[in-house]
Amino acid sequence: MTGTTKDETRPKQSRATSGKDGSARPRLYLTRYGPAVLITIAGIALWQVIIWLGHVPEYLIPSPSEIAADMKTDWPVLEPALLVTLKEILIGFLISAAAGVGLAVVLHMSNTLRRAFYPILIGSQTVPIVVLAPILVIIFGYGILPKLIIVALICFFPIVVNGVDGLRSVDEDLIQMMRTLHGTRWSIFKRVEFPAALPSFFSGMRIAATFAAIGAVFGEWSGSSQGLGYVMLAATPNLLTARIFAAIVFLTAVALMLFGVVSLLERILVPWAPKGTAQ
Amino acid sequence: MPAELSRHETGHRDAGSDASAAIEFRGVGKSFGEIVAVQEIDLSVPHHSRIGIVGPSGGGKSTLLQIIAGLMEPDTGEVFVEGATSAADRLARCALMPQRDLLLPWRSALDNAGIALENRGVSRSEARKRTRPLFERFGLAKFEDVSPGQLSGGMRQRVAFLRTLMAEKDVLLLDEPFGALDSITRAEMQGWLVRAMDEVPKTVLLVTHDVEEALLLSRMVVVLSARPGRVVRILPVDHQPGGSRREVVTSPEFVSLKEQALEALES
Repeated sequence: MTGTTKDETRPKQSRATSGKDGSARPRLYLTRYGPAVLITIAGIALWQVIIWLGHVPEYLIPSPSEIAADMKTDWPVLEPALLVTLKEILIGFLISAAAGVGLAVVLHMSNTLRRAFYPILIGSQTVPIVVLAPILVIIFGYGILPKLIIVALICFFPIVVNGVDGLRSVDEDLIQMMRTLHGTRWSIFKRVEFPAALPSFFSGMRIAATFAAIGAVFGEWSGSSQGLGYVMLAATPNLLTARIFAAIVFLTAVALMLFGVVSLLERILVPWAPKGTAQ
Repeated sequence: MPAELSRHETGHRDAGSDASAAIEFRGVGKSFGEIVAVQEIDLSVPHHSRIGIVGPSGGGKSTLLQIIAGLMEPDTGEVFVEGATSAADRLARCALMPQRDLLLPWRSALDNAGIALENRGVSRSEARKRTRPLFERFGLAKFEDVSPGQLSGGMRQRVAFLRTLMAEKDVLLLDEPFGALDSITRAEMQGWLVRAMDEVPKTVLLVTHDVEEALLLSRMVVVLSARPGRVVRILPVDHQPGGSRREVVTSPEFVSLKEQALEALES
């Protein structure tokens, strides 16, 4: 598909097998994740030093060590909140992934539906979720449902847009060739378009994975009695700043984890993906 | 060819086409906006013959193949493929091998070659069973389970040709099949293709900008002019089969044919 053609008729040595001998792996991880880990540690250290030297009070900006201490002492408060938010993020993300992939496929298969729904889809993204969230709480109450709806609303859009683009950008020559090989609309979709669009779907899902945490907190802020968002909201008037930061750390960890899982899934399901997309 | 005639499906209106021809053009023209790609093409391709179409780049050669395959309708004139004239019926009779191999990276070489069978509803295991013998026959044994990215350019084109063959259509349309290969691999592949086509008789239309390739691979060479593409010369090719490539290419008959084709291209 990349159009690179090798000169010799003899088969090439497989790159995959030669690169997989165990010794190369730890080094690969070091070059891949080393810089990010290093810069994060440096940032945290710098933060700690500035707070120390500036004698900044904890309620204003807590130092990393104070946040770490708080994560321990406030664990009984944070743990149930974390579980609630984690559940909202995961279920909301799964709903948006299913809806996003399904909608992208439907919009791709039918020109009429695409013309009918694409403008509505884009329009839906201009509706401020900030305004929508409280209304959803009024309609659906303080339970998990409005949070799931908000997470799904924020997440499905990048999946649909990336998916539709991916499905549409399949090589026209490939489709024409398939048509001469007994390819029906459905078999072309199943054997060519969908596999070819998988990397696009995954890049949409990676974006969605980072949005999901924001969506869940938004939902909780608009009306809830539990979750990390609720903990942050309740901690603010009491100046429990370290607790807010601790909640943010957990939230970030959840988002990173989800991002990692999506990337891992991509690497397993789409081994042919162009290099550099899955990180 | 009475044997060929009986194979014609009687359900189709033949509209008086020459039933002995596999492909027939009658006054075919096609334009894209202001640009006239091909004009007034009249051509008759007998059953199980091999025709090479040569012409300058951008001369509408690929357009002709797409029209034959029913992927495109001509603006003027008519095309018959095995007597059928509607786009859908033409599509049902032609298999296309594009210039780029377009192998699917998520399928093994074997599953790429057998995709036409799966498209027809054959199960994957059955498709593999039917495709496997061809891999042995056409010099691809042991590469069945290799992914396309690990094959060389020449191997990829072989798989691409088998994929076209597995569609089990009577008409094969080859669009510059070796255009992306270096000259040594190309020469090797041309020899391979001639042997493969000898084993599996089909009506083959080969589009190329390489006069020598057309003369080596086909029994008749059609020379197209620059845009708008018209037929300027039809050359029957009858050099003796056998003999090495060097012997064929340097034989007086071949040299003379090549000269005539090049002359037609220049006119």
